[in-house]
Amino acid sequence: MSENLPATTAPEPGADTPQVRRTGTVRRVLRNPLGALSALILALLVLAVLLAPLLAPQAPGASTLSEAFAQPSAAHPLGMDSAGRDILSRILYGGRGTLGGAVLALAIALVLGVPSGLYAGYYGGRFDAAAGWIVNLVMALPAMVVLLASRAILGPRVWVLMVVLGVLVAPSFFRLVRGIVADIRGELYVDAAKVSGLGDTRIVARHVLIVVRGPVIIQVSLVAGIAIALQAGLEFLGIGSTSSATWGAMLNEGFQNIQRAPRLMLWPGLALGLTNAALVLLAGAIRDALDDRAGAARKRSRPRKVRGRPAGIEPATRTASLADATGRSPLLSVRDVVVAYAQADGTDKHVVHGVDLDVHPGEIVGLVGESGSGKSQTAFAVLGTLPEGGRIARGSITVDGREIVGLPEREHRTLRGRTLAYVPQEPMSNLDPAFTVGSQLAEPLRHHLGLSRAEAAARALELLRMVEIPNPEQVLRRYPHEISGGMAQRVLIAGAMSCEPDILIADEPTTALDVRVQAEVLDLLRRLRTERGLGVLLVTHNLGVVADLCDRVAVMNAGRIVETGDAADVLDAPQDPYTRTLLSAVLDDAPARPAWQPHPSTARTATA
Amino acid sequence: MSMQPSNHPAAHREVSAADALLSVDRLRVSFPGKGRRAPATEVLKGVDLAIRPGETLGLVGESGSGKSTIGRAVLGLAPVTSGTVTFAGRRIDRLSARRRRGLARDLQVVFQDPYTSLNPSRTVGDTLAEPLIAQGTAAGASRERIADLLGRVQLPADAASRLPREFSGGQRQRVAIARALALDPRLIICDEPVSALDLTTQRTVLDLLLEIQEATDVAYLFVSHDLSVVRFMSHRVAVIHHGEIVETGDAATVTGTPSHPYTRTLLLASPVADVAEQRRRRAAADRVAKKEQQT
Repeated sequence: MSENLPATTAPEPGADTPQVRRTGTVRRVLRNPLGALSALILALLVLAVLLAPLLAPQAPGASTLSEAFAQPSAAHPLGMDSAGRDILSRILYGGRGTLGGAVLALAIALVLGVPSGLYAGYYGGRFDAAAGWIVNLVMALPAMVVLLASRAILGPRVWVLMVVLGVLVAPSFFRLVRGIVADIRGELYVDAAKVSGLGDTRIVARHVLIVVRGPVIIQVSLVAGIAIALQAGLEFLGIGSTSSATWGAMLNEGFQNIQRAPRLMLWPGLALGLTNAALVLLAGAIRDALDDRAGAARKRSRPRKVRGRPAGIEPATRTASLADATGRSPLLSVRDVVVAYAQADGTDKHVVHGVDLDVHPGEIVGLVGESGSGKSQTAFAVLGTLPEGGRIARGSITVDGREIVGLPEREHRTLRGRTLAYVPQEPMSNLDPAFTVGSQLAEPLRHHLGLSRAEAAARALELLRMVEIPNPEQVLRRYPHEISGGMAQRVLIAGAMSCEPDILIADEPTTALDVRVQAEVLDLLRRLRTERGLGVLLVTHNLGVVADLCDRVAVMNAGRIVETGDAADVLDAPQDPYTRTLLSAVLDDAPARPAWQPHPSTARTATA
Repeated sequence: MSMQPSNHPAAHREVSAADALLSVDRLRVSFPGKGRRAPATEVLKGVDLAIRPGETLGLVGESGSGKSTIGRAVLGLAPVTSGTVTFAGRRIDRLSARRRRGLARDLQVVFQDPYTSLNPSRTVGDTLAEPLIAQGTAAGASRERIADLLGRVQLPADAASRLPREFSGGQRQRVAIARALALDPRLIICDEPVSALDLTTQRTVLDLLLEIQEATDVAYLFVSHDLSVVRFMSHRVAVIHHGEIVETGDAATVTGTPSHPYTRTLLLASPVADVAEQRRRRAAADRVAKKEQQT
C-alpha cells in the first residue's frame, strides 16, 4: 500500500479506511495472560468460598483439642490449628467473612459515591459544592483511627467495621466519577443529545456511564484489595470479632503460635496474598484493555530511531531524473525527496513521493494542499523534525548549498537554530504557559548566541519591536495567557527571527487567527522578507493567503507536487486538473445567494 | 402569503413578526465570572434577528464576537439574561427542560467540530437513533429511518454499524447533518459546519445543505467566520461584533458593498485567491487603516 494512494480529488478522502475490528473489553482482558490468570484465581476463590459448606471437611468452629497442631492428613488436608480446628474449613468459611466484608464495604462506597458523583458532575451547582465539602472532610479523616474508634463505640463486629470503611472510601468514587462527568458535560455530543430531545437520564445512560464504567471498575478492584488488607490488619491486631473465622483472625492465631507451628501463618497469608495480587493484576489488565480501545486508531509501531544516514538512502545525484544540479536554489533546494514511515509489518509507507522545491533568497513560496497531501511532511523533512518512525528515504535537501539529508541530529539542531527557523500553526500551544514571554525569547538567545542575561533581554525587546508589538516592555513581562492569539504568533515570529535565519518555514501560520489579525501577520512576513531578504516556505491550505503573500506556489496532492509556478499564473490559469478542482471549490467568485422567496409549496408556514 | 417581503424595501432589515419562524429580540447573555466576586461577562448585548421558513440567515463574526452564543441561546444551551426568543409564535427562551425536549422536532443543530460532536464509542447508527429514541420511535421504524437518512447525506448504508473514527471529517459532518435531519426540523443552527473541513470537502457539504433546504424548506441560522462561505449560503447576512449586530442585509449587499466600517475592514481583510484582486484589496485595506490612524 506504499505507492498508490487514491487521488483526493474524489469528494471524500478517507473512504478507503479499512473497517477497524472491534472487540469487547471483556474479551481483551481475558486475552491478556495476566488478566486471564487473575480472573481465574478470583473466580476460583469466590467459588470455593461460596461452596464452603460442600467443600469444607467440617464446620469452622468444630474443635478437637486432642488434635491441636495436627499435621496434614487425608481427613484434614491442611492440618489443624492451635485449638484443634480444621484449617481448610476455616480458610473456606473465613473467606466468607473476609470477602463478604470487602463486598459490603464496596457496595456502600459505590452506592454513596457513584450516584452523588454523577449528580454533582452533571449538574454542578450547590449540590456539587456541598458534596465537595463533605467529601473533603471525610478524606481528611485518618481511616485506621476512625475504624478503631468505631469499634470501641459500635462493638467488635466485622460487618459494622466494613460499613464504616465503605463510608470512608466512598469519597474516592465520588471524586473519580465527578471529575469524569464534569469533563464529559462540556462535550459537543452531549449538547447534541440535549438538542435531540433526550432527557438527562437517557443522556447519562448513553453517554456518561459508558465513560465512567471503566475507571470505576478499576477503582473497585483496587479498593477491594485495600478493604481486604485493612480488615485483615484489624483482625490481625485482634481488633475484629473473635467469634467467627476470618483470614485476618487466622493470621493472628498463627502469629501467636509462630514458634511452634509456622505453617499456621502460611494458608491465610497465601489466601490474602493471592486475592490481593489477583485484584491488582486484574485492575491493570482492565485498564490496559480500556486504553487499547481508546488508542486503537492511533496505535503505531516504534521503529528504531534513524541516526545518521540511513542505510537505504540513495543520493539524489545518482537518480536519473534530476541529475543536473543546475537550477538549484542556493538557499533551499529540495530534490526528489521521498518521506517514508516504517510500518508495523516492516514495510515502508511512502507519504511524500519525490518532491522538488526551491526557495530563493527574498522569495516566498507557498506549499498548498489539503489535509493528508504531504505538505507538512515535506516541511518537517526540511526541518529535520519528522515524527517518530518517519525518515527521508531518498533525495537531497540543500540549505545554503550544504546537503542536510543524513546530517547528525546535533548539527541539524544547530542548523535549525541559526539558518532555518520555524513558525507553527498553533501559537498558544507553542508557548510555555509557565514562563513569561521575555524569558522564552531570551533563553534561546543565550543558548545559541551566548549572550549575557542583560544582552539577551535587550535583544528580546528589539525583536518585539521588530514584529511591531505595541508596549514591548510590558509584553516581555506577561505570561502567554495574558496575550492574544495574534500577539502570540508575533512573539513566535520574533523568536524565529532571533538568530537571524535565512529561511523561515511557516506551517499554516495564520490558520488559527481571525482574518484581520491574519492580514497583520501576513504584512509582517512580507516586511521581513523585503527588509531582510528572508526566504519563506509557507505551508497553507488557504489560496487567499497564497494570492496575498506568495511569489511562487507549489500545489501538492497525495504526496506529489502536481503544479509549480508563479502564484499569479497558477491561480489564474491552473494547468493541473487537481489545481483546477481546488480553485473551483473556492467560493470567492461564487455569486451571493439571491434574496429569499417563499417556498412554492407553502405546506409549512411559520404559524402552522 | 399575501405580503411580498422580498420586494419590500426594508424587508432585509425587518422581517415582520408574522413571517418569522424564529425571532430573537434584544437578547442578552452573560456568563458568570470565575470565583464568587468576579464580574459576569456579557457576551451578547441586545441582539435582534429574524429568520423566515426556508431562509438562511448568515451570521458572521470573529472569535469571541458571540456568534456561536446566539445559536446556543436559541437551543437553550446558553443562559438568557434578558430579551426574548420566539419560535413559530411561541416564546422559547425560558422553557422547562420537558418543553425544551419537545422542541427537538423543530429545532436542530450541526456543530463545528465533527470529531467531538459524535460520541467516539457509539456507532453512527446509535448516534442517529438518538433523536428517534427521544420521540419514542419503534426499533424497526427507527432502523428504516436511519437507512433513509444515510442515503440522504450520501453515506453508504453500512455506515450505521461503524464507529466515527472510521470516517473522514467530511463524512462525520454528514453524519451530524443526518442526525439533525432525523426529525424533519424546521430550523437547523449550523455552527461553523465547514470550518474544520478541507476546501473541496467544504464545498460538497455546503452543496448538500443547500440541496436539503431546497427539498425540505428547512431554515438555517448559518454561523461562520468566513465571509465567502456565508455569502454563498445565505439569503441574508448579519454581522456581529463584540456581542452586537452591526449590520444586517441581503447577502450581496453586506458581503459586497457593506455600509458599516467594521464589515468593510472584515471584507478587506479576507484574502481572495486572485493575485491582482488581492493586491487591490490590500491597498484598499491600507487606505482604510491610514484614514483610521488620522482620525
